[in-house]
Amino acid sequence: MRTEEKQRNHGMIEMTTRQADEITPAFVAEADELVSHYPVSKRSASLPLLHHWQNHFGFVDDSGVEWIAARLDLTPINILELVTFYPWFRREAAGKVIIRVCRTLACAMAGSYDVKEKFCEAVGLDPHSEHHGFGSAPPTTADGKFSVEFVECLASCGSAPVALIGDELVENIKPADVASLVKNLQ
Amino acid sequence: MASLFQNPPHPKERRIIFENLVKPGYAPDIETYLAHGGYESLKKAVTMKPGEIVDAVKAANLRGRGGAGFPCGTKWGFIKYDDGKDHYIVVNGDESEPGTFKDRYILHEDPHQLIEGLAISAFATNTRLAYIYIRCEFPHAARIVWNAIKEARAKGFIGKNMLGTGFDLDIYVHQGAGAYICGEETSLLESLEGKRPYPRIKPPYFPAVLGLYMKPTIVNNVETICHVAHIIRLGAAEYAKMGTPGDGGTRTFGVSGDVLRPGVYEIPCGAVTLRELIFDVCGGLKPGRTLKAVIPGGSSAKVMRADEVYKIKTKGPDGTMTDKELPMLDIVMDASSLQSVGTMIGSAGVMVLDDSRDMVWALNNLNQFYAHESCGQCTPCREGSLWMSKMTTRMLAGGGQPNDSKNLKNIADSIAGRTICAFGEACSWPTQSFLAKFPEEFQKTVD
Ligand SMILES: Cc1cc2nc3c(=O)[nH]c(=O)nc-3n(C[C@H](O)[C@H](O)[C@H](O)COP(=O)(O)O)c2cc1C
Ligand code: SF4
Ligand code: FES
Repeated sequence: MRTEEKQRNHGMIEMTTRQADEITPAFVAEADELVSHYPVSKRSASLPLLHHWQNHFGFVDDSGVEWIAARLDLTPINILELVTFYPWFRREAAGKVIIRVCRTLACAMAGSYDVKEKFCEAVGLDPHSEHHGFGSAPPTTADGKFSVEFVECLASCGSAPVALIGDELVENIKPADVASLVKNLQ
Repeated sequence: MASLFQNPPHPKERRIIFENLVKPGYAPDIETYLAHGGYESLKKAVTMKPGEIVDAVKAANLRGRGGAGFPCGTKWGFIKYDDGKDHYIVVNGDESEPGTFKDRYILHEDPHQLIEGLAISAFATNTRLAYIYIRCEFPHAARIVWNAIKEARAKGFIGKNMLGTGFDLDIYVHQGAGAYICGEETSLLESLEGKRPYPRIKPPYFPAVLGLYMKPTIVNNVETICHVAHIIRLGAAEYAKMGTPGDGGTRTFGVSGDVLRPGVYEIPCGAVTLRELIFDVCGGLKPGRTLKAVIPGGSSAKVMRADEVYKIKTKGPDGTMTDKELPMLDIVMDASSLQSVGTMIGSAGVMVLDDSRDMVWALNNLNQFYAHESCGQCTPCREGSLWMSKMTTRMLAGGGQPNDSKNLKNIADSIAGRTICAFGEACSWPTQSFLAKFPEEFQKTVD
């Protein structure tokens, strides 16, 4: 999967790996199940299929956009415009574990800027790197283990500051606890 | 999840929505729910006429808990039961308004309460297909709710021939993808249709006219739908009695920021003043601190200043209007009281700021939120939210200029009322109210 990324970054022409070449019958069956949740309009399955794809492959490449579009009788731009709008989707690989620190008011008041900086330091990322969206991956360590980014309110303001680490919400994070939190993820 | 519930509950609290989920050992599975009297309200509802259910919701004075506070029964009344069209219900579980954290407990810990309320709502409005839209930052909630749907279907509470009534109802979970704007109801529908979630141009003002797939659709907040089950269980009159005439039942407040006991508190509508909520229920401020400001209903609600005294007009029993002075802390926390002092109860996410907080810093934090979340459809909102954020960032960095406050206000004033959706108001109200209430802090960035 790294090859496609390389090509985009360096403008090199080389054979790319297409995610769509690796899908299994089980993957397709799950996709069809998701489509069946939308008896009125298949198009409604766009987001579910993008989630399905990204959960499976880590990101959505061109072949993914095309495959989903074909499955739903849409054109690729109908899917690509979702990938570039929704902050959750990306067109390149992120870290195995994504650490999403809440940036919004209650968390900021409780020290989330400090917490995010500590996370960056603990995994070895530049604390001032930013995530610009539009399908790009959040800042990611060279070994591909971690990404760290700010996100907006995670609906957990009463136990601020919070972070979503992978699928798990971690609450009341103290800057001093960050190093050991990261160690437990290694 | 960290427990943000007080045990035992504060005497001012009355738990309806949170009654069961705070109990030790309470689990989200259907057996636990049934052991706590679950689905009895649905069984009762299917013996009623659909119109009676709608009337009960009207009589209960239930207002939407998602932010706009629209009377729920009135909204349902726009749906014609027998118009021959397909109807849909979409439950709004996007819970993204900063300061709001109540639906997450229902979705994670008591999903059957929501499904029961939804089944009743569907039965009342002749709706055969419903979606529960859950923000994707709640990955466990999506799994838990989906599992609960399957359990409810296996027991015949939903699905084909629900409870032997001949009525069919399918419910599915739909996950968002990290965009705040999807909480706006027409954006939510576009998102559910698989499109870019650009809010729709109004009119029509209500999805009940043209909603999902251009069919009559009800969009209600997670908590609102849960209240429906309790209205049927308690009876409309009993339920309404808990609140005020215009605002029935209980409200789940999420209090965050500079209080000793931040948390979720379920309190009958109109039963506490701001003073009681902060100093009594939430244990007051941190030692040595004084109150500076409160944002009473999610980040979009206009900020209130602690030393402010409101002049409000009250109508006496003989119909004459009198002026009354009301210190900010004596404001009652219900929809009409907060509206009368120029702000709103919104999603009841109360953010408390003490005297250690810099108001330009706080506003800048919110401005950055809105600049990030504008969907970009309308020029005033897309450009204005970005400019407001850039200006407060510069002011904080020591680059304040004499005209900043005036220009900031101009930008905010040129957004509100000129956009496709209420995000325009949501992003300009913080700037307008922070400037109006704390001018000296903005002036300080120039001096
Ligand atoms: C920008 C914006 C964001 C919103 N976010 C939410 C949200 O996260 N959750 C919610 O229930 N309602 C949200 N709303 C309100 C919905 O548009 C809608 O009024 C509500 O879901 C209706 O349900 P209710 O009547 O039960 O409150 C938002 C509105 C706007 C304008
Ligand atoms: S007001 Fe803002 S968020 Fe709403 S439609 Fe316009 S640009 Fe989008
Ligand atoms: S502000 Fe961080 S969870 Fe709401």
